[in-house]
Amino acid sequence: MSQTLLSVRGISKHYAGKAVLRSLDLDIFDGEFLTLLGPSGCGKTTLLRLLAGFERADSGSLTLAGQDLSPVPPERRPLNTVFQQYALFPHMTVFGNVAYGLKMEKRSKDEIHQRVTDVLGMVQLDQLADRKPHQLSGGQQQRVAIARAVVKRPRLLLLDEPLSALDYKLRRQMQLELKRLQRELGITFVFVTHDQEEALSMSDRVAVMRDGVLQQLGTPREIYERPENLFTARFVGETNLFPARVMAVNGERIDVDIRGLPCDLRKREFPVVVGQQVNVLLRPEDIRVLAADADHGFAGTVIERNYKGSTLDSLIRLDDGNLVLASEFFDEDDPAFDYRLGEPVKVSWVDGWEWMLPMDDADDVVAV
Amino acid sequence: MSSQSERQPFRTAVLILVWSWLLLLVLLPNLLVIGASFMTRDPSDFLSMPLTLDNYRRLVDPLYLQVFLHSLYMAVITTALCLLIGYPFAWALARVDKRWQTLLLFLMIVPFWTNSLVRTYAIKLLLASNGLINSALQSLGITDAPITMLYTEGAVIVGLVYLLLPFMILPLYAVFEDLRRELLLASHDLGAGRAATFFHVVLPLTMPGVIAGVLLVLLPAMGMFYVADVLGGAKNLLVGNVIKNQFLDARDWPFGAAASVLLTLAMAVLLLAHRLSRRHLGEEGET
Repeated sequence: MSQTLLSVRGISKHYAGKAVLRSLDLDIFDGEFLTLLGPSGCGKTTLLRLLAGFERADSGSLTLAGQDLSPVPPERRPLNTVFQQYALFPHMTVFGNVAYGLKMEKRSKDEIHQRVTDVLGMVQLDQLADRKPHQLSGGQQQRVAIARAVVKRPRLLLLDEPLSALDYKLRRQMQLELKRLQRELGITFVFVTHDQEEALSMSDRVAVMRDGVLQQLGTPREIYERPENLFTARFVGETNLFPARVMAVNGERIDVDIRGLPCDLRKREFPVVVGQQVNVLLRPEDIRVLAADADHGFAGTVIERNYKGSTLDSLIRLDDGNLVLASEFFDEDDPAFDYRLGEPVKVSWVDGWEWMLPMDDADDVVAV
Repeated sequence: MSSQSERQPFRTAVLILVWSWLLLLVLLPNLLVIGASFMTRDPSDFLSMPLTLDNYRRLVDPLYLQVFLHSLYMAVITTALCLLIGYPFAWALARVDKRWQTLLLFLMIVPFWTNSLVRTYAIKLLLASNGLINSALQSLGITDAPITMLYTEGAVIVGLVYLLLPFMILPLYAVFEDLRRELLLASHDLGAGRAATFFHVVLPLTMPGVIAGVLLVLLPAMGMFYVADVLGGAKNLLVGNVIKNQFLDARDWPFGAAASVLLTLAMAVLLLAHRLSRRHLGEEGET
């Protein structure tokens, strides 16, 4: 599984003097579903276009299974792209669109017919083979775009925000379908998205990018539960941030002071010294909201509550003015569970569920 | 909603205006021409009974057939040249910087502000035996005697290409503007080189523009009688000259009308082809 298929080394790209990718390194494993995740302008689409061959890097190398890709034009790279707006040929039928790549390979008529029919069956479009793209719904066009790319049996499939034009329900359905296709075909997928939920649910690994720099590369779980920096923590999911000062280090435990309240927390991988500033991070679902008379936690009041169906999300203003977002599941024993606005509560969490990052100067300028 | 109903009287007025324009100045004259083409020549009243098909029979007379075919031949060469120059030009025009695009389009429109007859005479001045080109060639010592350029088939074609080129470029520019760059990338991505991409993607998708351009060049090229009059001399007649001569010189209105109907029919056939090619691309109906 973890054999490198495509290796990106020191890739840089500038547009009009502005750096879009800064000396990026990335290994893409054979057969994996890798997602490039980041806000718009982070360079994820540019990286995809470099892989496809539509752009040339200013410096750095791309190696696919030992072969240097740089001199290879897009039409001879063993990888295919699913475009954001699908880019289906409007003058060809569904069948013609899917057959196009095989026709360019000069395959026999019989083979083309067989392979196109197979792949159209796989994306459940066999009934619509004679339609023109403009006669199809958005979801169907999406499938044609995917079929057209995978029929070539590429080593690598590049997907440029392919689901962004679909409505929420269809997007969820296509996510599952893409995942199934990837398993069935065994093709390596490189998927670009700015939707963190999509990235977490579909990927084997996620590469979080910002301003042309790789922020973190890891499994969805690592990215979500053990973010390596504040940018990743904030971009992937909601995060409550508690700035804290280290008071004492006792082996595997450290004593910190969070807003005047002493806490005894687990020591994390990075070295800490007494007096150091750290950030304690908590996901909303790890927050516990306690009654106002609880013997621990930070006192505050509920200023907003949002019914979300399976969870109740509440925004709590702590007495020192900071805001905490809590997301609690409904409890079977108490179906009427709810808060009044203005209700005094205390906020805490289960020991060990918090995550800790060293505070660094750059943290102040994080904008998501 | 209310603003829409307020706009209703304006809408109705515009529609009435357009429709009466079309009925009065397009449909009615055409019906008159078609009617005239079936009538008999009359020296005093121009037209008289009985109805006859003779005028159409005379069109296939070898004399006129030859004029018609020669005219068609010159129009086809003109159209081909316009296409050859206009296609790459329109492609480049659609791809250059927006600033340049505006300037280039403007430069293309500027000649329209001068009457085309005046511009035809300007070409005559260039091509004449003592014209600008010959004087330049002789004073530079490249040629000893003037080259005969005026009153040739070539002169007529040069004039037609010059006058009609914008009508080829503009519809082509429109289709190239609509041609999404992603489609070319997709074609490359699927393994097609430049030539294959051109023949399988670019050409079919710009075909409506090609047909529209041909439509706007081919038929006018057969009708622009003054170009043949000024630049072509006696031998290089266009169908337009025949029609003009029948109406003004020979006073044979029915025959002139029949020749006009023939040109109109040719236009109708080309329009139909244009429509079919657009439907082929799915541009009518939902997109």
